Amino acid sequence: MNLTEPTLQPASPSELLRAFSWLALQGFGGVLPVAQRELVERRKWLTREQFVEALSIGQVLPGPNIVNLALIIGDRFFGLRGAFAALTGLIALPLVIVMALAVLYMHWAAQPMVAGALRGMGAVAAGLILATGIKLLGSLATNPLGRVGCALALLATFVMVSLLRWPMVYAVLGIGAATVGLAWHRLGTK
Amino acid sequence: MNLYGADGWALFIHFLAMSMLAVGGAIAVTPEMHRYLVDERGWIDDTQFSAAIALAQAAPGPNLLFVPVLGYVVAGYAGAAVALAGMLIPSTTLALAATRWGLRRREQRGVRAFVAGMAPITIGMLLSSGGVLTQPIAKLPAAWALLAVTIVLSLRTRLNPVWMIALGAAVGAAGWL
Repeated sequence: MNLTEPTLQPASPSELLRAFSWLALQGFGGVLPVAQRELVERRKWLTREQFVEALSIGQVLPGPNIVNLALIIGDRFFGLRGAFAALTGLIALPLVIVMALAVLYMHWAAQPMVAGALRGMGAVAAGLILATGIKLLGSLATNPLGRVGCALALLATFVMVSLLRWPMVYAVLGIGAATVGLAWHRLGTK
Repeated sequence: MNLYGADGWALFIHFLAMSMLAVGGAIAVTPEMHRYLVDERGWIDDTQFSAAIALAQAAPGPNLLFVPVLGYVVAGYAGAAVALAGMLIPSTTLALAATRWGLRRREQRGVRAFVAGMAPITIGMLLSSGGVLTQPIAKLPAAWALLAVTIVLSLRTRLNPVWMIALGAAVGAAGWL
């Protein structure tokens, strides 16, 4: 890698664990922006370029991006032990909180006010996810598939998954084979 | 369901598969989880499904944590553990194995073609995920208004999503939905 070295680094896997716990607890509605602020700007464990690079690898791989990012960063400093320290930090405390909420929900689900609140939160959750999708549309502008190719692939995915309710693996493998193949072809002729 | 029999394995295997399919993050595969857990198996209903995701969004931490909540609603604590383990094991193993390999090859044509080719599919999956969550509110005009407000706020402002979730909870608790 031809990247500038970060100025600082965590002293031990347990410091890594604490750092990821702290950033996970601040991450309402997405941990990624907090991770960038904490790891790059505040603690200076990674340069911005290194962060983006880890993120782009995390995005190629299946699995939640932030989990992959934690594994990659942890692995970079302390190998396997670091990877698991970062993952544990990221998940452990938020898991306790969310499970406590789930237990409360199951206990009070029949209560009309709770049911109403959850309906409202569900509508907002749907809006947040749709907004994320809409925001990401901009990233397709430079895609080698072109606007038409992207639009067709997106629409085909939406129809197969949302309207026809086909198992998603068909959409991913079927449409994915076509789009990855086309992208491969276009990247070669440029 | 019987978690300690065939159903438990089915739940585990379902989340193992979801882990490998979740190229755009865990939220992108929610339509598939919904298809399986609600439509095919009938273990939970639309309302519970949406509630699990809304709860996880209201709590701090990675969005992925809606997965153990779904597992919990299906089959209690053991269900939560099965779902989370299933969701983490394949992708974690692959991430660790592929990290060093991928870091050196990210400029290669194959990797770039994969990223570019999957991008529109991932966005299509995300938009489908949003669609799945609207099922419990399909006949509630006030909820659609709330959804529209959320989209506008997300696109036009940098308001922290936790305030929008709080607004949704308040509006819903007040009985306006």
